[in-house]
Amino acid sequence: MEKLIKKYAAKLVQNGLAEEGFPLVGAIDADIFWNRRDKLCDIMERIFNRLNIASLIFSRPIEPYKSIIDYLAHNNEGIIYPRDCETRTFLHDLPVAGSFDESGLISALEQRKCVIIRGEGVVTIGGINPEQAFVVFSSVCFACFVKFFSDYLNDARKGCLTHEQQKIYNKVKGYLKPVRRFDNSLIRGPFKDQNEVYTAIIEAGRRVVEYRLVDSFFGNISCLFNGKLYISETGSSLDELQGAIDPCPLDGSSSVGITASSEFSAHRGIILKTGCNTILHGHPEFSVIISMDCDMNGCGHKDVCHSRCPHKRYFNDIPIVSGEVGTGPFGLCNTVPEAMEKNSGVIVYGHGVFVTGANDFNEPFSRMLDIENACKKEYFNRVEEAMSKNSFK
Amino acid sequence: MNGWCGKILRIDLTTGEYSTERPDMDLYQKFIGGRGMAGHYLREHITRKWSDPMIPLLFFTGPLVATASPTSGRMTIMSKSPLTGAIGDSSVGGSLGNSFKKAGLDGLIITGKSPFLCGIEINDTEMCIKKASCLNGLGINKTAGYLKGKGSYAAIGPAAENGVLFSNIIVDRHFAAGRTGLGLIFASKNIKYITVKGSGRTDIFDSKALKHARSDIMRLISASPVLLGEHGISNFGTGALYDLMAARRMMPSQNFQKTQFKDAGLMNAFAYKQKYGFKKNGCKGCHIQCKKIGGDNISIPEFETMSHFSALVNNNDIDTVARANTICNDLGMDTISSAATLACYFEIIGKKTPSPGEIISLLEDIGAGRGTGAKLGKGSLDYASSVNSSGSAMAVKGLELPAYDPRGAYGMALAYAVSTRGGCHLRAYPISHEILRKPVATDRFSFSGKARMIKIAEDINSIADSLTVCRFVFLSATPEEYSRVFSAVTGIDMSAQGLMKIGERICYNERIMNALNGFISKDDDLPERFFKNSGSGDEMIKNSPLNRKEFLEARSRYYKIRGLDQNGLPTNEKAEELGLVWKN
Repeated sequence: MEKLIKKYAAKLVQNGLAEEGFPLVGAIDADIFWNRRDKLCDIMERIFNRLNIASLIFSRPIEPYKSIIDYLAHNNEGIIYPRDCETRTFLHDLPVAGSFDESGLISALEQRKCVIIRGEGVVTIGGINPEQAFVVFSSVCFACFVKFFSDYLNDARKGCLTHEQQKIYNKVKGYLKPVRRFDNSLIRGPFKDQNEVYTAIIEAGRRVVEYRLVDSFFGNISCLFNGKLYISETGSSLDELQGAIDPCPLDGSSSVGITASSEFSAHRGIILKTGCNTILHGHPEFSVIISMDCDMNGCGHKDVCHSRCPHKRYFNDIPIVSGEVGTGPFGLCNTVPEAMEKNSGVIVYGHGVFVTGANDFNEPFSRMLDIENACKKEYFNRVEEAMSKNSFK
Repeated sequence: MNGWCGKILRIDLTTGEYSTERPDMDLYQKFIGGRGMAGHYLREHITRKWSDPMIPLLFFTGPLVATASPTSGRMTIMSKSPLTGAIGDSSVGGSLGNSFKKAGLDGLIITGKSPFLCGIEINDTEMCIKKASCLNGLGINKTAGYLKGKGSYAAIGPAAENGVLFSNIIVDRHFAAGRTGLGLIFASKNIKYITVKGSGRTDIFDSKALKHARSDIMRLISASPVLLGEHGISNFGTGALYDLMAARRMMPSQNFQKTQFKDAGLMNAFAYKQKYGFKKNGCKGCHIQCKKIGGDNISIPEFETMSHFSALVNNNDIDTVARANTICNDLGMDTISSAATLACYFEIIGKKTPSPGEIISLLEDIGAGRGTGAKLGKGSLDYASSVNSSGSAMAVKGLELPAYDPRGAYGMALAYAVSTRGGCHLRAYPISHEILRKPVATDRFSFSGKARMIKIAEDINSIADSLTVCRFVFLSATPEEYSRVFSAVTGIDMSAQGLMKIGERICYNERIMNALNGFISKDDDLPERFFKNSGSGDEMIKNSPLNRKEFLEARSRYYKIRGLDQNGLPTNEKAEELGLVWKN
């Protein structure tokens, strides 16, 4: 357990979610273990003792998340409601506490997996191990990032940006990573054997995380080889795919893929529709934000865009489709494969990007990065356009 | 009252009298329903012998049953286990729970013994006890024909009537209230069947909030590969796990002497689908539909049955597995205990590869109480002990172990040992994280952190059994989502942690009941084989014997976390904290 708390304390820093020295990670079996001693350990231990949980993380997020989360916490009454897919599915909403008041924190954590402490940081919990708390922490950062920039664009269009909002926007813009380029340096296909397939998937998964094209560990990756779809397992960390790839026969003759990614059906559908051999799915932030920016005023489907948008939407030539995680009646497995027939990339509303390749992961990786870079550029163009329109009013 | 009906029916079969009871809201809030409420009513009688007419047979639904709450069509049947002497309970599906609620009942408590073989028929507010001597000795299939049109039903087959200690109650023909021998409680009270029909509806406090909370859960279920994924249980039934257990080298084979079965690839869920062309079926109010029904209305074996009637008894004939399943269901016998007892017997007599005919005829002999079958009908531990080979009984507290080898999942090892109903995989189901990676993956070959994980999972699953919803849904949803459903249905403010506190109380109440019957730490243990012999390993997976010291340390941590003393006994302090009574 001590190994795990140290691992996830380090990972919060490595993944650009917290500053070195800030994360406080605790886990409890019969006794509580911390990654380090801190004056906050006492209050966190009292929380441990009041809740039926196994792990807890408290940290101040790193910029730009810190400013964004602080802003949202100050400007939302008690609860933040992000509308991205992950929050809808797994977190639902994000409670906010005004201070380190123990009873307030406990009350929030009795109901949800996290609580944002205004001006201080984020507490997340898990019933199994610190990985759960880590995933929630990462998801909170992602959700708040998407919400902040989505709200900003909407408010800019409405001409109702506040001074504080603009101040934070200008500040956090400065923390955004510069546009990255990719040198097609992943293993070249077609792959010779099964071992090369595993190696290529593991390498591509690491690169997706390194380029920050996915939050926490969600996202998935697959490769068709000799009639089997090699796909990352559900809940696997894309930068730790060693031993977490399921070889699933496409003819359905084995159910060993019961642990495969929840998007297995979408991957299988894409393979069958397009004839591609490799697929990457990530959650690049600005692609998600652009997908949620819809200007169809008066549309009668505003509350169900994520699951039932009836319109054909595009960003440049890239389709934006609706679809929820998995295989339900509104699952993205019903929308993405068809949309990919004529495009090697598709954005799923509020969720992320699917991209395909013929032989290896260079092409899809490059495509995903291009989409994200284009979305990022487009976002700031749209903000500028909205601001200039409003300045003429 | 919202959610609950507020009414329990009591029947005394000795006198034929019945009455209704209206529990206080406090009691509902303390134990919710299902397993929690049944445990509350069993508590004062638990030291009676299982054959004592005054031992109650309890049926309890939960507040979410017969509402739009996802997977809520279940209920609990409970009494003292004839097989283990511990508490005996089973969460069962079909339509029975739904019918109870529609008849305006949260529960049914049966005491006494009928002077004749009887059937109990409930139709809304009417109840009558009927002579059922014409059904004496009939299998479930024929009994089902007789009960057609009378509503949902629970019935026993000849196994219970012939004294088999692991006899089941079968609900609506295909759904077994299995494991701990509850069918024998039916038989001991001279009950052949119970039918329930109702036309009422469950009042909901806030339908809009329920719709919202329901959609949160439905979204999570859709996102779950195990539940609705292409390889998941909705498509393949629980047999979907078969390939995975084989791949992880934790498929108990030849009575747990090995953990790999060479013919597994030919006997997986896909093979059953090809051969029997099954269609989906399931419990009322559940869209996952994990039950699979093949041609001629036969139940396709569940995972445990598939595994134990193939690997555990070393049988590579798929038809024999299907036939064994059909026979067990018709006779009303638990498939896990049946197969495990046969495997124990085959090991003891030195038969490595029994023929299909031997498997089938022994099953029929057990059900009929004939010859060797009569001895095997007492369970593996009783049989093995009678021939001085108790080490061959792969059971905990006398309950035969299911199809997950504990050497391949250390959390499962601990969960088997401390389960209040004996060798049961469902109380904590650590397979969810050790194998299925939900909610996150854990190291299956480590005890680190597992004591608390088991305790928390036990609390959560006891909530599932009390609400009463399917435990499988907690592979995707959590108490966080179900607390909102609970509040929407009942109007009572409830948090995830609030539900888990109730779960803790329900589990502790069961520990108290077992303690009152003399269960102590030595009973929270695994067969010696798992500490001495390796499983079937390979270059990647070692499958070493469990480390005894590490196991005992983890169990000790579990006791501490659960609030028990180091002998596994309840403490006054913890009991008081949970509002329970325990005099140590």
